[in-house]
Amino acid sequence: MTTLTKGPEALRLPAPAPAARRRGRWVTIALFLLPALVLFLLLVVAPMLVALYSSVFRWNGFGGLPTNFIGLDNFTRLFGSEIFAQDMWHLLVLVTLSVCVQLPFSLAIAMLLNQRMRGRALYRVVFFAPYVLSEVITGVLFSLILAPDSGMANRLLSVVGIESEWLANPDTVMPSLFLVMTWKYFGFHMMIYLAGRQNIPNELIEAAQIDGATAWETFRHVTLPLLGPTIRISVFLSVIYTIQLFDLVWILTGGGPSHASETMAVTMMDWGFKRSQVGYASAISVVMFALSLVFALVYQRFVMRRDLEGATTTMGGRR
Amino acid sequence: MKRCLVLVAAAVLVAGCSGGGGGTAAPQPSGGGSPAKVTLEWWHLSTAEPLKSLWAQRAKEFEAKNPNVTIKATVLENEAYKAKLTTITQSGNAPDVFASWGGGVLKQQIDAGLVKDISGDVGDVLPTFTPAALSAYQLDGKTYGLPTDIGLVGFWYNKKLFEKAGISEPPATWSAFLENVKKLKAAGVTPIALAGKEKWPGHYYWAYLALRIAGLDALKQAATDHDFTKPDFVAAGQQVKALADLQPFQKGFLGAAYSTPDGQSATMSNGKAAMELMGQWAPSVQTSSGKGLGEDLGFFPFPAVEGGKGQAGDAFGGGGGLTVGADAPKEAVDFVKFMTEMGNHSKAVESGGVLPVLKGEESAVKDANLKQVATLLAGASGYQLYLDQAYPPAVGQQVNDSVAELIAGTKTPEEVGADITEVAKSEG
Repeated sequence: MTTLTKGPEALRLPAPAPAARRRGRWVTIALFLLPALVLFLLLVVAPMLVALYSSVFRWNGFGGLPTNFIGLDNFTRLFGSEIFAQDMWHLLVLVTLSVCVQLPFSLAIAMLLNQRMRGRALYRVVFFAPYVLSEVITGVLFSLILAPDSGMANRLLSVVGIESEWLANPDTVMPSLFLVMTWKYFGFHMMIYLAGRQNIPNELIEAAQIDGATAWETFRHVTLPLLGPTIRISVFLSVIYTIQLFDLVWILTGGGPSHASETMAVTMMDWGFKRSQVGYASAISVVMFALSLVFALVYQRFVMRRDLEGATTTMGGRR
Repeated sequence: MKRCLVLVAAAVLVAGCSGGGGGTAAPQPSGGGSPAKVTLEWWHLSTAEPLKSLWAQRAKEFEAKNPNVTIKATVLENEAYKAKLTTITQSGNAPDVFASWGGGVLKQQIDAGLVKDISGDVGDVLPTFTPAALSAYQLDGKTYGLPTDIGLVGFWYNKKLFEKAGISEPPATWSAFLENVKKLKAAGVTPIALAGKEKWPGHYYWAYLALRIAGLDALKQAATDHDFTKPDFVAAGQQVKALADLQPFQKGFLGAAYSTPDGQSATMSNGKAAMELMGQWAPSVQTSSGKGLGEDLGFFPFPAVEGGKGQAGDAFGGGGGLTVGADAPKEAVDFVKFMTEMGNHSKAVESGGVLPVLKGEESAVKDANLKQVATLLAGASGYQLYLDQAYPPAVGQQVNDSVAELIAGTKTPEEVGADITEVAKSEG
């Protein structure tokens, strides 16, 4: 309150002392920040704390706050659970595939569409279009396309004698899921790469070409290094997305068959909302959060350090 | 990052907010002594005809009789219904009137103080119901709902396809059943349609086999001693595996849903599989999901298992009923009574959508197959509610899940017993 009343006073002074001016600025900042801060505390921080709290209780989610304290039992049970081990394995598989297949593919398409060619703008729009669809619509669409009996994919492929059970077989479900993920997200990464590529001055490329560099050498030694920051951020987004992968899987397979495509978020949903073991589900969400947080911090600290100089990692002291 | 936070936040918000209380009924005083205006939130899961229109019609009639009442119906398909109801009840609310299967799920809602004890309000009509239908809604001598349907799970089969495979009579024993499955396969017919993605239709096989092999009392006892590793339960698992090993299910069944255009019911309805193990609603869902089999559709009860401890006459299944939210206005109870009145309910029975729950309603059953179900039910030696409703949700879902793994061949019968036991113990 005192600072609030001092604010206008400070303004009336003909030449305010630097300290007072700085304080006035902080008041303004605080005022602008307040609504967002309240929302953030209420909708982000508070639920996180509640989740952390309920993760050490046996609790079915009904009535009041949990009372049956069981310490870290939920976590021991989680880390001993086969399903959770599978979830982690699926995460690893999907991250690896995304980074090693989906992103290079997006990069290749981006480079291709950076060439002068007829209908370039159209291709860009068409490739980006799947990203605009909601996850649920994508899920429903592909569960129809990949239906084993009457699905479009099998009808088309049966012409050349190939058929697959796609999502209905534990062995093919992960590749099929990855296919759908790629269909939906390669356009997004392509767009990021295109934007990154356009920030590279053409003079550099031309200079390389004048020096007699081949197309590959130009890409390898000029374009790729200069795309570094873009690639690092797209890997980051891709990994974080995969850790939280939920909607697409939920609609396409529900985590099945027989947990073969289950992700952490699906397991959490299953225990929290179908089985009413909210304490256990909270433990899963805490682990997911910790995993995302640790990855984000480590990645930003060590991989994206150069890109983020002065933004997050070196805050304080050196600004 | 933000998405992660939102996900966590959403999960916990729903979990964290509790004790909000109160349905959506907002009585507003209006002048002239006429009754206050009331909106009744009504949730049910009859998405298939004829019930879908019949229920809507009843609601209109109730509104006409009670001009102060508006009924707002939310109709969801089975899985979505369970998920949405769990979410809303965890937040401390319940709809004013909602469909319930009774059993362990209802008990959890009662323990949380979300369901109204309507014993006093319905005392006058209780004697009109059959005891079997009422039992799922009565706990500790109190009544928490009124039944709208009661039936049992059994095999619905395609007479033409059975003929094609040279099967003249439906099997009465489990070994004869397995033989028939082989015959159907040999004749190039898919023996069984199954919705592997949804899991609950698969749990019927294990539940029925457990009922036949271990017996009714063993299933009831397991609810209290949390032990599903007993030899009889493992034996039930072995029989499920024996069936699954014959590969009797349609192509891609692990990804199939129940009532979607490519699902279990449609496969059956379009004559692409010879049978399905399903409850009394199967014919009406078949009609709405595919061409329908008409006269070719037959019914036979789950076969007896040789040497099993269970009675061959024990039935497994459930019905449906309407329960009232704890904070619902009194009109909600009136509505439930209205829906289950003889004159109103028998119309639903006549349509073939539900089976009799009232004494003396049997004559309203028109369909020959449903008559058979009603007769079996009337003469049943014992009755077991669906396991995913009878047990607490975590245990029920684990039964569904484990049986799905058994059918998919990723778990052994012994592992399945151990997994269910572990979850049952975690419920404490």
